[in-house]
Amino acid sequence: MGWFSYFKQEKAGSAKVAKERLQIVIAHERLDRNGPEYLPQLRRDIMEVIRKYVAITDDQVNVQYEKGSDFDVLELNIALPDREH
Amino acid sequence: MSRIVVVTSGKGGVGKTTTSAAFSTGLAMRGYKTAVIDFDVGLRNLDLIMGCERRVVYDFVNVINNEATLNQALIRDKHVENLYVLPASQTRDKDALTPEGVGRVMDELHELGFDFIVCDSPAGIERGAHMAMYYADDAVVVTNPEVSSVRDSDRILGLLQSKTHRAKQGETVREHLLITRYSPARVQSGEMLSMEDILEILAVPLIGVIPESQSVLQASNSGAPVILDKASDAGQAYDDFVRRFLGETVPHRFLEVEKKGFFKKLFG
Repeated sequence: MGWFSYFKQEKAGSAKVAKERLQIVIAHERLDRNGPEYLPQLRRDIMEVIRKYVAITDDQVNVQYEKGSDFDVLELNIALPDREH
Repeated sequence: MSRIVVVTSGKGGVGKTTTSAAFSTGLAMRGYKTAVIDFDVGLRNLDLIMGCERRVVYDFVNVINNEATLNQALIRDKHVENLYVLPASQTRDKDALTPEGVGRVMDELHELGFDFIVCDSPAGIERGAHMAMYYADDAVVVTNPEVSSVRDSDRILGLLQSKTHRAKQGETVREHLLITRYSPARVQSGEMLSMEDILEILAVPLIGVIPESQSVLQASNSGAPVILDKASDAGQAYDDFVRRFLGETVPHRFLEVEKKGFFKKLFG
């Protein structure tokens, strides 16, 4: 620690990373919680089907469930791996 | 009715029992007849923190199984009036707690004229934790400024909103966030989640911030709840928390790094 650290009020620390990681994981978990009970299993089944054809990782499939006033929306987003040129 | 308050967190070791002991002592100090119940069946510890471990004869499970009356099992606190401790059993039978059994004990405590029933939840989201929160009117969610604790608190909040008696009646359990082991110096240097960060993530009304303090270990060593140590920062912060819970407006303290005087800077 140098002389000038005394005057330094804020330092870039790991708390910022902690907050960002928490916001992402908690947002995901809340979606699962608010959706139907079959959602986690549905996600696993979808992953399995897609893996028969394409090699994907868990974070390439995003299943979102949103409650609307008249109907609920199940949104499925799959990012396919880069094509080989 | 008696007001039933669960002290819960999901994660272990964040200060549930320390908080239950301080909270119930603080309520009793203000004249409210208070019972504090240890729901951690198999891992009894509230008795040690309250300093009544040598006076345990009967326990919560004995009362539920009709092996003892509530009056036989309740231990009168030796520090303050109006406070009674109902210890957990050391049996490993995790099915000992049932909604009917717990409900009957709550009703009997109400009949005995208790104003507050504080339920000290075990860690985790298993039966004991579920039973501790089941009849709650209020929940004090104890959270450390640390990722796993914040995440687990969010899980517990989800359970409070879906698995409690109130939730099943279409009502809500009042939620209060209590941040413990807070270190303003580490927050300032950016290495610890700040109170604002945690509030933004969990979105639950804040009821208190307890600073990291040596007095908490001293209190548990001696079996006297830390709120009795009126000179300590943690004791004062717990006292503020109790006053806020009872409806007073009390500004938050111990959130900033203590400003050192010239001599302290020189000599530490």
